[in-house]
Amino acid sequence: MQERQIMSQDDVRRALTRVAHEILENNRGADDLVIVGIHTRGVHLARRIADNLAKFEGVDVPVASLDISLYRDDLTVRDQSQTKIQPTDIPVGIQGKRVVLVDDVLYTGRTIRAAMDALVDFGRPQIIQLAILLDRGHRELPIRADYVGQNLPTAIEERVKVRLLETDGADEVALVFGDFADQDGSVNSQTDGRN
Amino acid sequence: MSLSKTEEPLEMGTKLIQGALTRKHVLDLDDFSKDEILEVLESSRSMKEVLGRDIKKVPALRGKVVVTLFYEASTRTRISFEEAGKVLSADVINMSASGSSTEKGESLLNTGLTIQAMGVDTIVIRHPHSGAPHLLAQQLDKVSVINAGDGLHAHPTQALLDLYTVQDKLGSLEGKKVVIVGDILHSRVARSDIWGFAKMGAEVVLSGPSTLIPPDLSPSANGSARSHFASFVKVETDLDKAIEEADVVMALRLQHERQQAGFLPSLREYIRRWQVTASRLERAKPGNMVMHPGPMNEGIEISNDVAHGGNSVIEDQVANGVAVRMALLYKLTVGSG
Repeated sequence: MQERQIMSQDDVRRALTRVAHEILENNRGADDLVIVGIHTRGVHLARRIADNLAKFEGVDVPVASLDISLYRDDLTVRDQSQTKIQPTDIPVGIQGKRVVLVDDVLYTGRTIRAAMDALVDFGRPQIIQLAILLDRGHRELPIRADYVGQNLPTAIEERVKVRLLETDGADEVALVFGDFADQDGSVNSQTDGRN
Repeated sequence: MSLSKTEEPLEMGTKLIQGALTRKHVLDLDDFSKDEILEVLESSRSMKEVLGRDIKKVPALRGKVVVTLFYEASTRTRISFEEAGKVLSADVINMSASGSSTEKGESLLNTGLTIQAMGVDTIVIRHPHSGAPHLLAQQLDKVSVINAGDGLHAHPTQALLDLYTVQDKLGSLEGKKVVIVGDILHSRVARSDIWGFAKMGAEVVLSGPSTLIPPDLSPSANGSARSHFASFVKVETDLDKAIEEADVVMALRLQHERQQAGFLPSLREYIRRWQVTASRLERAKPGNMVMHPGPMNEGIEISNDVAHGGNSVIEDQVANGVAVRMALLYKLTVGSG
């Protein structure tokens, strides 16, 4: 099993800076914006994007966190070790708001589908946009991102590891490939972009 | 499980699949590890958030069928399971022994096989005989079984909601003093609670007439007559002493027929010595919690003012019960194939 770095700490920082600027440009400011991070790493990325927005525009944009476990379409085929549900916290009403969903990796699109189903249970946003750190392709649903940190065509058998300061001690995106036979589960315990 | 049984590493509720312990049933609390209990409590917190939404409905269990099979009267447990299933979008079918084929003499096993043949995913069972849920779990291979109270044996979901309620209010269970007072001998709630609280590191003190304390837990028991549980609990029949510095005081329902059966000298004496009253609570820690698994006999095991007073979390217990049962229904469905 080998690893190749795709994004360094600086690359991640620059990507999040650019994404924040694009969000402001596209939405003509930060009015009515709500940033919603998808657990686990999407929540940390959402906070960083909101920090950038505060820095660039001087406004505090509300940040929400979303757990999509109860909206997944693969419940019965999942591993029972992943049953822990993380807190969903939507501190402001999203009715009529401009919502930016944030996740680390965009892959099949099923997570985003589930996240949109979850969101509309809380109200009817004016618009839902999607910001992603890494788009690795292989969509199984008609879903695309509005803001992309980096595009990376991958093979299905490859895996993507996103490490963030908050959860893993450092920022890095890496591609993992080669023989997975000796894996000890550490890959799965981190995000591999699988839904 | 009798209290004197030794702990086994693998119980019926779980099976080992590719190195990971997968839970199929919830029959008792004694096959839950501390970590698994913590996981259920954490998921319950997220379920509570769902229950607080304007739209209390998530699609998690869409297309799943849950049958509640109750051979004993119940209000809160049954409605709690029904609401839990429905909020998760499962289809819930309620069945009680009266009005069913049980009255025509159908055995529990045949009723279970019939329900399984209809493609039901989960059976929630309450039964007056200890071990009835285990029998179903043993004999039915396609359904998950949840014990909603069996005989004098166990009531695991009640214990989990009690643990949740205390953890929610006090932040943690470790080192907390929990006094359970009343008819411990005939209480499946007490048995599951003793196990759960002890497992989570709380100090459990039992109080009540010595005739209603299980003999294998009493301080005079020794050798094989002494339960391995006995090392986790203290017995203090004098409630005024037991309640000193308590964080949690839990009163149990006193069934009137116990007096006729000779367990009690008189109801009046029981009230005088073991009723949870405001003056007794003054001996407990400030900010203590008063609990009761319900249904209450107000004025017997608990005074009216305490039952509805500022320290009472009895209604929180009911509300939390729905969240805990959602977490369990969800847990059993994940990875069910």
